[in-house]
Amino acid sequence: MTAASLTSADAPIEVPLKRRLKQAERARQLKALALVGPLLLFLLFTFAGPIAGMLWHAIDDHEVRQVLPQTVAALAKWDGKDLPDENAYAALAGDIQSAREAGTIAVAAKRLNYAQNGFRTILTSTARNLKAMPEPGRARETLGKINPAWRERATWTTIKDAGGPITGFYLLAALDLTRNADGAIVSASPDQAIYRDVFGRTFLISLGVTLLCLILGFPVAYLLAALPAGRSNLLMIFVLLPFWTSLLVRTCAWIVLLQSNGIVNDSLHWLGIIDEPLRLIYNRFGVCVAMTHVLLPFMILPLYSSMKAISPAYMRAAASLGAPPLTAFLRIYLPQTLPGIGAGSLLVFILALGYYITPALVGGAADQMISYFIALYTTETANWGLASALGAVLLLATILLALVYGKLVQGQQVTGGMKN
Amino acid sequence: MEAGMVMPAPALVRFSGIQKTYDGEHLVVKNLDLDIKKGEFVTLLGPSGSGKTTTLMMLAGFEVPTRGEIYLADRPIKNMPPHKRDIGMVFQNYALFPHLTIEENVAFPLSVRNTNKAETQERVKAALRMIKMETMAQRRPGQLSGGQQQRVALARALVFNPQLVLMDEPLGALDKRLREQMQLEIKQLHETMGITVVYVTHDQSEALTMSDRIAVFNDGIVQQIDRPDALYERPVNSFVANFVGENNVLAGTVETVDKQYCRVALSAGGSVMARAVNVSGAGTATSLSVRPERVVIVPEDTSSDGPNRLPAKVQNTIYLGDHALAVLEVAGNAEFMVKLQPGAHDSLRSGDSVFITFRPEDCLALDPV
Repeated sequence: MTAASLTSADAPIEVPLKRRLKQAERARQLKALALVGPLLLFLLFTFAGPIAGMLWHAIDDHEVRQVLPQTVAALAKWDGKDLPDENAYAALAGDIQSAREAGTIAVAAKRLNYAQNGFRTILTSTARNLKAMPEPGRARETLGKINPAWRERATWTTIKDAGGPITGFYLLAALDLTRNADGAIVSASPDQAIYRDVFGRTFLISLGVTLLCLILGFPVAYLLAALPAGRSNLLMIFVLLPFWTSLLVRTCAWIVLLQSNGIVNDSLHWLGIIDEPLRLIYNRFGVCVAMTHVLLPFMILPLYSSMKAISPAYMRAAASLGAPPLTAFLRIYLPQTLPGIGAGSLLVFILALGYYITPALVGGAADQMISYFIALYTTETANWGLASALGAVLLLATILLALVYGKLVQGQQVTGGMKN
Repeated sequence: MEAGMVMPAPALVRFSGIQKTYDGEHLVVKNLDLDIKKGEFVTLLGPSGSGKTTTLMMLAGFEVPTRGEIYLADRPIKNMPPHKRDIGMVFQNYALFPHLTIEENVAFPLSVRNTNKAETQERVKAALRMIKMETMAQRRPGQLSGGQQQRVALARALVFNPQLVLMDEPLGALDKRLREQMQLEIKQLHETMGITVVYVTHDQSEALTMSDRIAVFNDGIVQQIDRPDALYERPVNSFVANFVGENNVLAGTVETVDKQYCRVALSAGGSVMARAVNVSGAGTATSLSVRPERVVIVPEDTSSDGPNRLPAKVQNTIYLGDHALAVLEVAGNAEFMVKLQPGAHDSLRSGDSVFITFRPEDCLALDPV
């Protein structure tokens, strides 16, 4: 009875207590929000916005719809089995007439040319030769006379597929896929299928650079963490020194070092080790060396911070318990640096995935990474759709990798990671 | 063998003429000779920078003596790497491996020795039972309290039956109550397992509680090695008298020396009889050492109190539960402590004039501070 009366007496107090806690929490949350607010807004405009825009461009398909609106509408009802009916031809003729006046033919021609090589000629020649609206009922004949391509089903399928408003065309193209005349997804023709290779190359170079950074960075980070503060600060300055010079300068320095009559080749020749100059640059080797140099600090710093947190007492304890130095290192030290190895590797790998200037300057034609193509499509050919699709695929792959890493790290915290 | 010819127990550890310097200028340890017998609990006690930790690290193998040799079971070990010494060590901050479970931590010294699985399991279990932590075998060090972590560190250092266990201020990070409890547990382990322990601390009460013998370090020199009671009752110099236990110091000059006793004229006037422990002769300066519990407060100057009777002024009293302290001004020393029975402090008021007396044998004449 006492217990019952106690709980009933306690119950009404509990609710306001929770509410008061919430109120107190809310004030703190608002304060936190105010602190991150400016950066959040900045990132929203400069990062989240453009990323969303890029993702939209990868599937956006408005050009044909805008320039040839009646044709797209007429083709919507077309089943795609035979040639479309007279209405569609008439609609196309009307669209071409009005587009010529508005001067927008080139916009649609460019988009259609991505899907079918030579479409630009078909459209512009038709526009040039179509002097006036064809008589009613004779549009198919007129257009067919101007360009026989209008008598082919594939020509019309291309327009229908490009009718928007959204399309998987660019994303498929980024993966070396395309749709055939029947709408099925097939591999692109070998002369157009280059992106899988480029993605593979991008991931391979990034992986190689990450491994090189880890192998070279681990001992340096260990030394940094082990040295007394004064000397470790000096060494740290040397590690950070590359950040003080521009990326371009550092990359060009590698050109000076590695070219056929550069310092490295000259020295090797002088020492009598080689007769012919080695090809050290404008190939995969040069790309890996230069990128490793640039990215090394991003590996060293996370490694250093994880090693700094490992008390020297652990190694002493291991030794006093009978572990020889190598055993102590492998079983006690190394497992504790795993978070640092993971963070550094992920950082270097993701940064390497997006590398552009370094491979462009010191790589050969077969060493260009995905960013080169993204830049090519945005700045040279203004193919925003494909550039965005390539970017989106890269982003997706990176996010997947980050998620896998997150899962691994989490699993490690639960199971203790590498044991023995 | 005849009585009187009994061989002393052979030393398990022998420091012989050990010197250590880090910078080539200052000796951190100056000429250390120390024997530690098998089964003994020896504490290295001293303030920070006195060389006690360096001594322990040289024994563990993490520091190399600049001069001299260390013998472990009669083998020189100066150049033996730590992992071959077969010495268990407990660190101040536990140094439990954070990425391993409690069980894996305790099994570590066995697994690096390639002990077979069944035996490892059995010994780990026994070690965890010994520290009453069988149920926590699967936890990680971060999930344990400081006291539990230190128990695990203890089990890990004992599980491979090392011939010697070193402890470097193992209880320094624990609160007082837990520290006292752990002191008793460690002492009990030492007694039941018969292990040899070298223990480093700066806490004199910890040293007095646990040790068979205590080596008091100061300035790189062992000031005195003795049993706890001897250290307290018969300190050889002022440093030991002040470092071990509470102590009252009175400055004075030796007037006459008569065998074991001397008469000392206090700098602030008056004179007392004291035991001549460490005095250079008549006319030299000396520091008198009197323990607080050996002093009696008397309200009036009665001549029946023996030769040592000094006027004092009560400053204040401190109540401490099981006893009380009176802080007096005596012969220029404004912090002269006298231990009282609880309740006795009620009759004293600050500003009261009283007299103190103590026996000559409880007053030691030592080197001047």
